[in-house]
Amino acid sequence: MVALEILGLSKSYSVGFWRKSLKPALHPLHLTVEEGETFGFLGPNGAGKTTTLKLLMGIIFPTAGSARIMGRDFHDSEVKRLVGFLPEQPYFYDYLSAPELLDYYAQLSGVTAVERKKRIPALLDRVGLADAGGKQLRKFSKGMLQRVGIAQAIIHDPEIVILDEPMSGLDPVGRREIRELIQQLKSEGKTIFFSTHILSDAEALCDRVAVIYKGELRGVGVVEDLKSKIADTAEVVWHGVHALERVSGLIIKSNVIGDTVRGVVSSGNTDVLLERLRAERARLISLTPVHGGLEDYFISHTSEREGVNA
Amino acid sequence: MIARIGSIGFNTFREAVRDRVLYNLIVFVLLLVASAPLFGQISIGLEKLILINVGLSAISLFGVIIAILIGIGLVYKEIEKKTLYTILSRPVRRWEFIVGKYLGLVLTLVVNGILMSAGFFLALAVFGHGLGRADAALLIAIYFILLQFLIVTAITLLFSSFSTPIFSAVFAFAFFVIGTMTDDLRSFAAAAKGITKWLLTAAAYLVPNLSSLNVISRVAHERPVGGSVVLYNTMYALLYSVAAVAAATFIFERRDLK
Repeated sequence: MVALEILGLSKSYSVGFWRKSLKPALHPLHLTVEEGETFGFLGPNGAGKTTTLKLLMGIIFPTAGSARIMGRDFHDSEVKRLVGFLPEQPYFYDYLSAPELLDYYAQLSGVTAVERKKRIPALLDRVGLADAGGKQLRKFSKGMLQRVGIAQAIIHDPEIVILDEPMSGLDPVGRREIRELIQQLKSEGKTIFFSTHILSDAEALCDRVAVIYKGELRGVGVVEDLKSKIADTAEVVWHGVHALERVSGLIIKSNVIGDTVRGVVSSGNTDVLLERLRAERARLISLTPVHGGLEDYFISHTSEREGVNA
Repeated sequence: MIARIGSIGFNTFREAVRDRVLYNLIVFVLLLVASAPLFGQISIGLEKLILINVGLSAISLFGVIIAILIGIGLVYKEIEKKTLYTILSRPVRRWEFIVGKYLGLVLTLVVNGILMSAGFFLALAVFGHGLGRADAALLIAIYFILLQFLIVTAITLLFSSFSTPIFSAVFAFAFFVIGTMTDDLRSFAAAAKGITKWLLTAAAYLVPNLSSLNVISRVAHERPVGGSVVLYNTMYALLYSVAAVAAATFIFERRDLK
């Protein structure tokens, strides 16, 4: 089942003294996220990630288009029982303690008093804040606040968790903690849609990613597929140095140790290379596509200014 | 729906109670009421009259100041600090948020007003040579002050739903000041001609009629306040507040929260 379906959502803001000209912040966006999927929404700062999430949460209104969450119109306020949301660099009511804050949000999400009593201590324990007690949030560190943020997003046990830059501004330890929490949610079968510009996080966590730049979707797909679009070489290792002469025209570079050859070949020539090795009765040890990282894909799709837009 | 509004209202109340400014104002009012006997010493034999006037006026003025000071940030602060994002991402409708915030601040003001009134009656008992049966009429004046709070809070909320805190404060305070002079405004309108008459009449109906809710002088002089006045003032305050909150909701429902 499709958990989240974005159907041409777009947003433009009126600018100028008379507010007559429109500046697009998000071009019509079409995107689907399957149930149980961890989906990364990637883009540099100002790309339109937060605008998209704010549109989905009803914080701003779209210029055109719509969306469906778990098959229901995104404007339906009841659908929000199924969604948990963590805004970017969240600020919470700092005069409240963590249990008070969670209790407040749980009430707003319609969680019963009995359930709240059970869930709040368990959740605080889960996010590592069991010892926070009655301490007001104004005394919390950034990492602690982010963990409270995750807790408030899942206090009502939502089906979809939407996180806006969940790792932003955290130190390595804080980032790892949040990453672990997201992994836990993933293992529970939650659908996770999160925006980030930290590519290593997306690479580690996501089943699929979309890349957005200047309000336009530049690419979407499984992380490995996207990376393979950038990769155009493969590393081939075989026994049988005698075959090297026959394939030398296909090899970009090679390294021979004893009877073992390690060669780099263009992806397009892999099949021909393998056929020739077989004909020469060389013994294939391994064939490894050499992928560019997600970063390479990201840069190639978001670096218009450098003229390498794919 | 009611549970959600109640939760938002209670949280607004809790925020105000944990805000030290509120306590400072209460202490300030209590000090003012306690200093009233000094005025009485200046005007021999008029201690009680002056104590009632100063005490009730202080309760009204400080309540209005609290209403405006907190009211201007009621919506603005939630947008600026983005706390609203975590509210609207839940099954909370925008109008529920506005109504909840309004009721929370009204609750704060009513509790605050009751506390100030308790201090006032204490001062009256001590410095005004005891409380008599006639002093029950003072409760009507206090009730009308609470009705004023309903209106001023609603107006402040209306302005804060689309304006910055400074403009909201200026507009709300201007409405309050003009509202206390609606009798004069209507007299001017009756005497004026042409477009001036039309504008003054429109202004007189647009701003809240707070002068009719001010019976401090009347009760201080032990003149009775009729039951019909209580009924009409109650209806007027409720209708005006509902209209202002509805207008705030209308604006807020259509607003992009950047």
